[in-house]
This record gives sequence, C-alpha cells and structure tokens, in this order.
Amino acid sequence: MSVVLILFCVLSAVTLGSAFLTIFTKNPIHSAIYLVICFFSIAGHYLLFNAQFLAIVHVIVYSGAIMILFLFTVMLMNLNKEDEVHKPRIQRWAAAIFFVLMCVVLMLIFRQSKPIVGPYDTTGEDYQSIKVLGKVLLNEYMVPFEFASVLLLTAMIGTVLLSKKEKK
Amino acid sequence: MDNVLNQIGIENYIFLSVILFSIGVFGVLYRRNAIIVFMSIEIMLNAVNLLFVAFSTYHQDASGQVFVFFSMAVAAAEVAVGLAILVSIFRNLGSIDIDNLKNLKG
Repeated sequence: MSVVLILFCVLSAVTLGSAFLTIFTKNPIHSAIYLVICFFSIAGHYLLFNAQFLAIVHVIVYSGAIMILFLFTVMLMNLNKEDEVHKPRIQRWAAAIFFVLMCVVLMLIFRQSKPIVGPYDTTGEDYQSIKVLGKVLLNEYMVPFEFASVLLLTAMIGTVLLSKKEKK
Repeated sequence: MDNVLNQIGIENYIFLSVILFSIGVFGVLYRRNAIIVFMSIEIMLNAVNLLFVAFSTYHQDASGQVFVFFSMAVAAAEVAVGLAILVSIFRNLGSIDIDNLKNLKG
C-alpha cells in the first residue's frame, strides 16, 4: 500500500466516523464540533487532490462561516442540553433499514458502471491553480457567478426580515 | 505531476461519497431536532461536492471545481435562511422538534 492510499483510508475513516457521531450525539453542540471535524477531513480530501484553493475556501466557508452560524443558533435557542425525545422505535428502525438499503443499492449500481474514458493523461498544466480557476469562472461561468451574488444578497435580506422581531 | 487517482481509484471516492450521502439521509430520517436535520443536509451537500472534485480531477477539467463554488454559495444561503426560519419557529412554538410542526395538518 502506498502512502497516498493509507492517507485516503485514514481520512475516509475520520470523515465517516465523525459524520456518524454528528447524528448520534445527543448534545447539539457536540454534533456541531463533530461536523467541524468532518468538514476538515473533507478539506483534507481536497488537498489530496491537489486542489489547494478549494480546500482553503471549504475551510473558510464551512468550518468558518456555516458552523459559527450553527453554534450561534444553538446557543441562541439555549439547546445545549440532552433532553431530546427519540422518534418512535419503528421509525428509527425504518431509518436504519433505509440507510442500509440505500448504501447497498447505490454501491451495486456504481460498482457495475465502468468509466468509458481511458486512462487519464497528465498534461502537465496545473488546471487547479487559482489562475486557471479564475479564468474559467469569469469567462465561461460569468452569468452564474453574477446570479450567485444576487442569490446571496436575497438570502441576506430574507434572513434579516425573517429574524426580525414582530411588532405587537 | 503525479495523479492521485492513479493510486486510489475513482471507485473508492464514489463509495465514500455514497456512504456519506446515505449517512446524511439517515440523519434526516433519524433525528427530531431540526438543527441536526440541517447538519445532515450539509453532510449530503458535502458528499456531492466531494464527488464533483473527484471527477474534476479525473477528467482534468476545472469546471467541476467551479461548480463546487456555486454549490457552496447556495449552501451558505440555504443555511442562513433555514436557521432564520428555525429561530422564528422557536420564538413561536418554544421548541424545534420537527414532529411538533403540525399547523398545516387538518
């Protein structure tokens, strides 16, 4: 086994384990912390692909922005206690069975599918550098890029409107 | 530059993403706390993003990564609006248990 493969296995184990713990932990704050670990290991996967810019953006956006938002909401609602009632037993069993079935079916589907592209050729050009990414983003995907900014603005206005206290 | 996928193989990344996505679905079905449901949705989005990047590397094309940027922007907007709705629900009902949201039920 090569070093890269061992690294992949370790990162995958961390990703899947922390994702499971996110769901099974009772305290929402602990869930958020495990989710941060999960996101960091996914950033590690991106680094393994040599996509440095994407890894940095992922850490900033997910572990920085989104998780802070989650933690603030949990603390705002004072939810950091472990008094959540479980779903009925039959629903939990149904969820577990659905999980296993979905895993098995999707894996069987993708195991049968063979890639039609031949062996990858390394062109030597670093297609993941910020230079190439910026060119692609601002040439081919100019319109979606602008619409993303409109989407973020709309989301900001909507969030402010939704969370404003209503006047009695 | 040595390609990582030559050593790992695209299948392993597909399997990892499938399991991660299924964990997200499991979390949505299993928990009653709406915040955990949101976190599970984030896990699902991340599984798809990971597969995007894997295939972007596989085809040596930057478009997949650009798509991941858009997906991140949508995820950020979705979380902001969703958590605002949750805060509003908490103010009105006093809890964020998703089984209590039955106002539309006849």
